[in-house]
Amino acid sequence: MSRLKILALLPLAAALSGCDYVVLAPAGDIAAQQRDLVIISTVLMLLIVVPVMALTVLFAWRYRQSNTEARYEPEWDHSTKLELVIWSAPLLIIVCLGALTWMGTHLLDPYRTLGRIHADRAVDQSKAPLEVDVVALDWKWLFIYPDYGIATVNELAAPVDRPIKFRITASSVMNSFYIPALAGQIYAMPGMETKLHAVVNHAGTYKGFSANYSGAGFSGMHFNFQGLDDKAFDAWIASAKSAGGSLGRAEYLQLEKPSQNEPVRRWGTVDADLYRLILNMCVETGKMCQSEMMAIDAKGGAGHQGLNNTLPLAYDKYARRGTAFGPEPSFVAGTCTPDAPQGKTTAAITAPTDTAPLLGAGLKRPSFAPLKSSSFLLGQRPKSDS
Amino acid sequence: MSPDLLKLIFGRLGFESLPLHEPIVVGTFAVVALGGAALLGGLTYFRLWGYLWREWFTTVDHKRIGIMYMILGIVMLLRGFADALMMRGQQMLAFGGSEGYLNAHHYDQVFTAHGVIMIFFVAMPLVTGLMNYVVPMQIGARDVSFPFLNNFSFWMTVGGAVLVMASLFIGEFARTGWLAYPPLSNIGYSPDVGVDYYIWALQVAGVGTTLSGINLICTIVKLRCPGMTMMKMPVFTWTSLCTNVLIVASFPVLTVVLALLSLDRYVGTNFFTNDFGGSPMMYVNLIWIWGHPEVYILVLPAFGIFSEVTSTFSGKRLFGYTSMVYATVVITILSYLVWLHHFFTMGSGASVNSFFGITTMIISIPTGAKMFNWLFTMYRGRIRYELPMMWTIAFMLTFVIGGMTGVLLAVPPADFVLHNSLFLIAHFHNVIIGGVVFGAFAGITYWFPKAFGFKLDPFWGKLSFWFWVTGFYLAFMPLYVLGLMGVTRRLRVFDDPSLQIWFVIAAIGAGLVLLGIMCMLMQFAVSFLKREQLKDVTGDPWDARTLEWATSSPPPDYNFAFTPVVHDNDAWWDMKRRGYQRPLTGFRPIHMPSSTGTGIILAGLATAMGFGLIWYIWWLAAVSFIAMLAVGIGHTFNYHRDFDIPAEDVIRAEDARTKLLAGAK
Repeated sequence: MSRLKILALLPLAAALSGCDYVVLAPAGDIAAQQRDLVIISTVLMLLIVVPVMALTVLFAWRYRQSNTEARYEPEWDHSTKLELVIWSAPLLIIVCLGALTWMGTHLLDPYRTLGRIHADRAVDQSKAPLEVDVVALDWKWLFIYPDYGIATVNELAAPVDRPIKFRITASSVMNSFYIPALAGQIYAMPGMETKLHAVVNHAGTYKGFSANYSGAGFSGMHFNFQGLDDKAFDAWIASAKSAGGSLGRAEYLQLEKPSQNEPVRRWGTVDADLYRLILNMCVETGKMCQSEMMAIDAKGGAGHQGLNNTLPLAYDKYARRGTAFGPEPSFVAGTCTPDAPQGKTTAAITAPTDTAPLLGAGLKRPSFAPLKSSSFLLGQRPKSDS
Repeated sequence: MSPDLLKLIFGRLGFESLPLHEPIVVGTFAVVALGGAALLGGLTYFRLWGYLWREWFTTVDHKRIGIMYMILGIVMLLRGFADALMMRGQQMLAFGGSEGYLNAHHYDQVFTAHGVIMIFFVAMPLVTGLMNYVVPMQIGARDVSFPFLNNFSFWMTVGGAVLVMASLFIGEFARTGWLAYPPLSNIGYSPDVGVDYYIWALQVAGVGTTLSGINLICTIVKLRCPGMTMMKMPVFTWTSLCTNVLIVASFPVLTVVLALLSLDRYVGTNFFTNDFGGSPMMYVNLIWIWGHPEVYILVLPAFGIFSEVTSTFSGKRLFGYTSMVYATVVITILSYLVWLHHFFTMGSGASVNSFFGITTMIISIPTGAKMFNWLFTMYRGRIRYELPMMWTIAFMLTFVIGGMTGVLLAVPPADFVLHNSLFLIAHFHNVIIGGVVFGAFAGITYWFPKAFGFKLDPFWGKLSFWFWVTGFYLAFMPLYVLGLMGVTRRLRVFDDPSLQIWFVIAAIGAGLVLLGIMCMLMQFAVSFLKREQLKDVTGDPWDARTLEWATSSPPPDYNFAFTPVVHDNDAWWDMKRRGYQRPLTGFRPIHMPSSTGTGIILAGLATAMGFGLIWYIWWLAAVSFIAMLAVGIGHTFNYHRDFDIPAEDVIRAEDARTKLLAGAK
């Protein structure tokens, strides 16, 4: 067996040189500190793991049956001194590791704004961090730069040594936003916002992807993250600006439809309110935003009338399609939203009508149709739009 | 027939539900159908149906039920491992623009099914089977507290397995990952039957697991023989007790969370949707409140097995029995305080993350103490390297690595860079294969002679051992490396060609494990053929220490003709040391529970109900449910629950053993 292992090691050795241990050699200060914690914790634990493994091998060899030289004490089963060591040695390690964990977790909390951009350089407080709004779509990443009014799909860039503040959400299911070279991951979840603060210290192109399985197109859900110097970053912004195009609510609703292996796309202008609408799951006109609903709830709700607000709250774009039982929800015909203070008519309510299954490009539909019993399902509503 | 009528009869099931367009599945089906037909034909030809029904399917004997659990676990291991091979193959091939050989629709089912099957239908049956077989004998009991319930529990587990297997050929399985996080598993994003198969398979099997947990707790608490105080129970019984406490406390959470998910899917409630204030994170919390104790449900009995094996094969008392017991209890309690470490990256605050990280690390203290206790059991022992002991050494060396990477993942900032990566995959396979699977194999080789009266063939066993161990390291060490390169899990295709070599190595490892499994099956076959050579007539082939070795191998239906009386931790060792004389006279009739077919019928109906609910065949679900109630009520009128084994039969069995023992001397 050992020969097999050695044979297997040969290509390993060859491969090692070409490998990119990005977690151990990242380009961002946050990831570097996380890497340090990985290494320190491992070393701390090796303090006890190595002796245990060595003792296992030693005892297993020394006290083998054929070695009659070794002492044999079949009744010996207790030693208070040994028990003390047995319990206190791991305890000591865990006390150290626990302290390290407490500090490290707080220092590297992704919600915490950065205090330094490098081990020996504090953040320049006069410069504002770069803000990027991240939206995980099926199955691509949308990045909105609110300060610059541009948006991109599957391409992210940031200037070197400038702190970045990500606000992260998703359109439909859970994903995880992860650029190993930059910082640890954080989930992207619909209707919820997570945050990440990070900084990139070295110019270069790094991989970013979703680290949480999200359906058929998951494998293709990656993008390049570019660390650029200030000049190159300005040029990048300018080129995005010059790409023209505008990402508004209508374009977003087209964009969020499932698709796989999307190429890079850029928009020169972007609806300033778009990210807020995505986060509150009310990009479709006529939808009540979560924040509005919460405001109503905070005031004690809208009484019986509130019960009828259901349809404008059906955020899942495919909600209830195929649900076997349950009454058709009632709803009010008009909803007052900031965009439409007078409310919208039924015809404009475009809630769950898209019944295309979430399969993505190039894949077959499942061969059986969901049960359709007309009166139960929202999906059976006369289609009023696209 | 009109479409409405068809829908009424078949729900959403139709010809197009059969995966005829998937050549791999069709091929598998052909093989399974041929094999199944051969098996059924053989059983019919040799007229074994009546025997199987009377002696096995309807039995309430904990030993036979235990053996059936083991068979279920090993059969399902073959299915779950086939999925593993497919994944390794896909990830090995899908580089440089290649799509591999599995499309997303198929691949996503494969990794979901692999996880579900390996946890619920391999590890759980193996662990439950060993507990079922061994615990009553270790405590000197004649059966479990509720023998009928035991039979019912087993068949419910089988029912769940049947549903998972059915999904392979009728419809499809979930494409959500093994824990089916919403919103992806909600009806909006998974409108097909896959998630329904997942839900009902786990619900049906979960009933079995929960009831089996209650049963074993009662057995251990109430049926211990005279003299066996709690602190004189064998460690395996202790770990079983803790495991079953965990089962009873955590499986209801799984049942509830799956019930809520099915309400979301069937009647349009909004527990876990993005709508109406529902929160998918609620699901994630609830499923891990079950999911983390589940890990300990699996590994605690394995710890128990290693304790028995180490002590037996070192010819020495277990070092630190008391601290071993307290360590087990501490792990049991702490396992409820760590669930959030599975989702540090979902945005909890730093204090919450630290709390759960530190509680997780604290678990490593009692676990470490256990490790040292095994070490010092070996210290100044006389270690015999039979197969169970080899598995134990392999476990000790492997598990510390898995434990170390586990504690590393418990440091939240480290988890941020390693979560969901292949490093995580390597970690949990490291502890589950290195701990649970090696433990189950140690247990199987250790107790096999007790169950069948002959040892397992050591040659094929050792071959299997070496293939498994090297295969494991080759398959999973590359995954640690890939994790450090930031490669995430569940990917179907890759861009970076430099990664391919690692996946090739992992696939070679999986191939070695395949050889290990084949050698293991060969071992069973060869041992059966050589059963006369490998025969053990003493009932105590390993010179062991606990009560199950005090009776014959295989044990009589009643386990012990006279209930033993215990004076020491290692009861049988103590009896041997004091020159215990087996009683040869004075046998009396023994009161035993009767077999019943109710368990298998109820479980069959439950499975049919699950199938009806999965396919929206409402009449089938309703009829099965009503029939279940009727059979359940009908069974309360069954007054033939018990019988007495006549004294003559006991005398005959015990005299036969006396002769065998005399021949052995």
